[in-house]
Amino acid sequence: MAFFGRKEKPVVPKIRMEKVCKAFGKKHVLQDLDLTVNTGESLVIIGGSGTGKSVTLKCILGLLKADSGQIEIDGQDMAKLSRREREKVLTQFGMLFQNAALFDSLTVWENVAFSLIQNKKMNRKEARKIAVKKLAQVGLGRDVADVYPADLSGGMRKRVGLARAIATDPAVIFFDEPTTGLDPIMSDVINELIVKTVKELGATALTITHDMNSARKIADRIAMLYEGKIIWIGTVKELDKTKNPYVRQFVAGSASGPIQMEVKVPQ
Amino acid sequence: MRIELTFINKLGRVVLNFFEAAGKLGIFCGETVYHCVTPPFYLKSLGRQLIEIGFYSLPVVALTTLFSGMVIALQTYTGFAQLSAEGAVAMVVLVAVTRELAPVMAGLMVAGRIGAAMAAEIGTMRVTEQIDALSTLSVNPFKYLIAPRVLAGVLMLPVLVFIGDIIGICGGYMIGVYKLDFNATTYLMNTWQYLKPMDIISGLTKAAVFGFIITLLGCYNGFQSKGGAQGVGQATTNAVVSASILILIFNYILTEIFFNV
Repeated sequence: MAFFGRKEKPVVPKIRMEKVCKAFGKKHVLQDLDLTVNTGESLVIIGGSGTGKSVTLKCILGLLKADSGQIEIDGQDMAKLSRREREKVLTQFGMLFQNAALFDSLTVWENVAFSLIQNKKMNRKEARKIAVKKLAQVGLGRDVADVYPADLSGGMRKRVGLARAIATDPAVIFFDEPTTGLDPIMSDVINELIVKTVKELGATALTITHDMNSARKIADRIAMLYEGKIIWIGTVKELDKTKNPYVRQFVAGSASGPIQMEVKVPQ
Repeated sequence: MRIELTFINKLGRVVLNFFEAAGKLGIFCGETVYHCVTPPFYLKSLGRQLIEIGFYSLPVVALTTLFSGMVIALQTYTGFAQLSAEGAVAMVVLVAVTRELAPVMAGLMVAGRIGAAMAAEIGTMRVTEQIDALSTLSVNPFKYLIAPRVLAGVLMLPVLVFIGDIIGICGGYMIGVYKLDFNATTYLMNTWQYLKPMDIISGLTKAAVFGFIITLLGCYNGFQSKGGAQGVGQATTNAVVSASILILIFNYILTEIFFNV
C-alpha cells in the first residue's frame, strides 16, 4: 500500500469538559461549560464567589455528578467508564483543599502517607520516610510529623495538605483556593511552593482562586468563570491587555462594571 | 378552596419528602451492604470500631441490664405474690431479660452512645471536606468509614447483649435471693429449667438487627449532614432519634416473626 505521509497524532488534552451543566434545584451553577486543560500546563480559573469554581473541580473529580455534558480525562469519557476504571483514572489526581481537609484523627505524617499506606500497601516505616521527605519539600521539619493537624496553624496545615496531595507523585493536581485565609507573605510562600512542586513533578495543575496575585504567579493560562460559563481564557500577558469588561472589572477589583453583586442597600 | 389547596400542597410535600428520604436511605443501605462484602477490607478500622462499640459500651450495657433484671424481679414478685405464684419470678426474669430487655436496653443505650458519636464524627468529616479528601486519595469512604462501623455494630451488639443477658439474670437472682429470700438453688434450678435456646437466639438476632440500624443511621445522618456545626448537631439528633424509634418498631416486628402467636 502506498504511504501517503505521516498523519500528525492529535494531541489529547489532559482534561476536556464539553457543555457541562450542573444545577442544584433551580439554581443553575454550570451552564454549558467548555474547558480544556492541556498536559503539563498550569491553568487557573478565576471568578467571584458562587460562580461555580468549586463545582467545576468536584465534577471533574466525580465528587459531584454533572447533569449533562461530557468530561474527558486523557480522552476517556468519564461517564462511560465503570466504577473501577474511573477510580483508577482518578488515582493520578491529587488535590489541595481550601481548608486542607486533613484527617484530624491521624498525625501529620499519617495524613501525608495516607494513600501510600492504604492504596500502595507500603509498610509504615517506609511510608513515614517518604512522608518526612514530602514534608521537607514543602518546608516543614521532622518535628511536625508526629503532631496532630489541630495543633498546626492555617499556613502549616495548607502545607501539610500540599505534601499529602503530592505524596503519590500525581500527574494532575487541583488547588482549591490555595491562598484563602492566609496572610500575604504566607500566601506568597504557598504560591511559590505550588509553582515549585508542580514544576518538579511535571504535573498538570488546575487551580481555582479569586486571588489575582496568586493567579498571576501560578498560571500559564487563566480562565474566567462567570455565571457558569468560561467567558475568557488567555495567558497572563493577554489578561492585562484584554478589553473584556468582565475580566477588567474582576482584575481591577472594582464594584462598578458589568458584574453586579446582589447587595441590598438599606434605604 | 385556597386553604384546601395549600393543605393538599403541604401534604403532598410531606409525602414526597418521606419517600425521598426513604429512597435515599435505601440506596445508602444497599451501597453499605455491597461495600461490607466486597474487598478491600480495612481491618484496622474494623478492629478500632469493634473495640469502640464492643468494649467501651460494656459498662453502660452492664449497668442498664443489671438494673433492668433487678427491677423485673421486684415487680413480678409484687404482682405474682398476690396470685401465690412467686415461683414464676425466675422464669419471668429469664424471658423478659433475654427476649426483650437486654436487646432493647442495650440497643437504646448504644444508639445514644455510638450512633451519636458516629453521626458527629462523620458529619464533621463531611462539612470539613475530609470525606471528599478520602475520595481524592482513592479511598472509597463507604469502604473506609462506613463498612467497618456497620460490620462492627452487627458483630458486637449480639456479644454485648449476650453479656447483658447474663448480667440481667444475675440482677434478678440477687434480688430474688438476697431481698425476696428465695432459695438460691431453687432459683437457679428454675432459671435453668426454663432456659430455652430460642429465647437467647431471638434476643441475639434482634441485637444484630439493632446494631445494623444504629450504625447505619449514625453513618447515614453524618454522611448527609451539611452546613457546619448546626448541621452536624442536627445529624446527631436525627441519628439517635431515628435509630431509637426504628429499634422499637423492629423489636415488635421481630417478636412477631419469632413468636408468632
